[in-house]
Amino acid sequence: MHRDDFPMLRQDIIYLDNGATSLKPQCVIDKMTDYYENYSANAHRGDYDISYKVDLEYENTRDLVKDFIGAKRKEEIVFTSGTTDSLNLIVNGFFSGLLEAGDEIILTKTEHASNVMPWFRVAGETGAIIKYIPLDDNNFVTLDNLKKVVTPKTKVISLAEITNVVGDIRPIKEITKFAHERDIFVVVDGAQSVPHIKTNVSDTDVDFLAFSAHKMCGPTGVGVLYAKYELMQNIEPMNLGGGMNESFDAPDKMVLKEVPTRFEAGTPNISGVIGLGEAIKYLNKVGMDKISAYEKNLRSYLIEKLVSIPHIDILNIEADSGIVAFNVDGLFSEDVAYYLNKYGICVRAGSHCAKLTKDVLGVANSIRVSLYFYNTESEIDSLVELLKDKDKIMKEMF
Amino acid sequence: MDKELAREVILENFQHPVNKSEVMGSDYQKVNTRNPNCIDNIDLYIKFNNDKIEDIHFLGEACAISTASTSVMIKNLIGKTIKEAKEYINNFYAMCDEEEYDDTLLKEGLAFQDIYKQSNRKHCATLPYKGILKALEEYENK
Repeated sequence: MHRDDFPMLRQDIIYLDNGATSLKPQCVIDKMTDYYENYSANAHRGDYDISYKVDLEYENTRDLVKDFIGAKRKEEIVFTSGTTDSLNLIVNGFFSGLLEAGDEIILTKTEHASNVMPWFRVAGETGAIIKYIPLDDNNFVTLDNLKKVVTPKTKVISLAEITNVVGDIRPIKEITKFAHERDIFVVVDGAQSVPHIKTNVSDTDVDFLAFSAHKMCGPTGVGVLYAKYELMQNIEPMNLGGGMNESFDAPDKMVLKEVPTRFEAGTPNISGVIGLGEAIKYLNKVGMDKISAYEKNLRSYLIEKLVSIPHIDILNIEADSGIVAFNVDGLFSEDVAYYLNKYGICVRAGSHCAKLTKDVLGVANSIRVSLYFYNTESEIDSLVELLKDKDKIMKEMF
Repeated sequence: MDKELAREVILENFQHPVNKSEVMGSDYQKVNTRNPNCIDNIDLYIKFNNDKIEDIHFLGEACAISTASTSVMIKNLIGKTIKEAKEYINNFYAMCDEEEYDDTLLKEGLAFQDIYKQSNRKHCATLPYKGILKALEEYENK
């Protein structure tokens, strides 16, 4: 769908690495160029027309994000540099002051590095304990399995709504309901879900949500932290400086601005934020429900073809997202990616930044195809055709 | 080396590498070698005997080029003195960097003589050499 909107697709490539980053539509590129060409001033501090326009556009994105994820108020939206930045801000700015020795942090072994490493560090600093939800036969998270690890010491559950290798869609609403009945916080890594399925934080009731613009047709270097308004007051800003203070006279006399401005010190990524706003408008036009339905069909089409190839081992046959991880029997994933690259096919090989996942999948590395709404059945046909012939792969992989 | 033969050498050493097993024992020195921009990850286990390399094993996950290059390196370095080993290693690097080298020394190592044409695979071919140089340095500084 909508292939003509993407300048990158004029090239002779088949782009199947949308889990890493998505392509950008012309309207997003134009919107950012427009800022640089026509009103390239700073935000929140100019008393002149073009700076005022910057404020309007910048804050308009906050409104767009609010509606896009179903937040209750725009003050719940903080602009960050990406999911990693958002998760680090929550862990270091909120949980590090709250966790005590013996408290439990619940994760899964299929999380991305940015939803593991900040927790590892805070656990080391506070004496909190990391626990993992046991996964079912498909390596999915179930509420029943979560119940097995929650104890009165559990303070927070942090997990991706969609994981970037297994690609399962987690039952976030049920998990959050169960957690909140026990006063447990829920943090959601939405990097792989917000671009692909409809998100509604008021419905799921999660406490924190992190995601990136660049995986949802927006620019790199911008992300969002959503936090419930009442919790936001208790997040300690990690960066102090311009734009986020009311006044500072002495070490004990620093007055910060209200949320969310106090979390956005320094000149923000203005063009990026404006680009994110345009990306959201674009995705709304395409339709999030349409996007997820389309990707689900496309995934089934790919799986159906891959299962018939005897030398392909699919690691996540059942998942509902557009992510398919597999290996070619006896070959190293990077060699296969290198071979596909010779035919203009872009896939990711490796551990995909989810290095604990090897404990559950039994393999450290794999080839990952991650789909988006502009991918087509004919692109999948080309991929499958190249994967069918193992002798050809062996002959051309180096 | 003829291109077809080179391909066969690489494929054979990838599919059936020599000494691909972990070795325990205090007489083996273990070094890890990896590249920052790819997922190759190899442990080398080296046994020195005075100024000689007596044995090398390896274990890890790596691409066809890295694995084959490690296997070929092991075959060529076992039994060499440290001085001879360094000469081999220098010649291998020179070949990969398109500099002058002594092709009579490299044996199966010549299978990688065209690697300079694929600059993104050069680091695969030289990965085990990075590891062995680290081990030699550690051994000599003991």
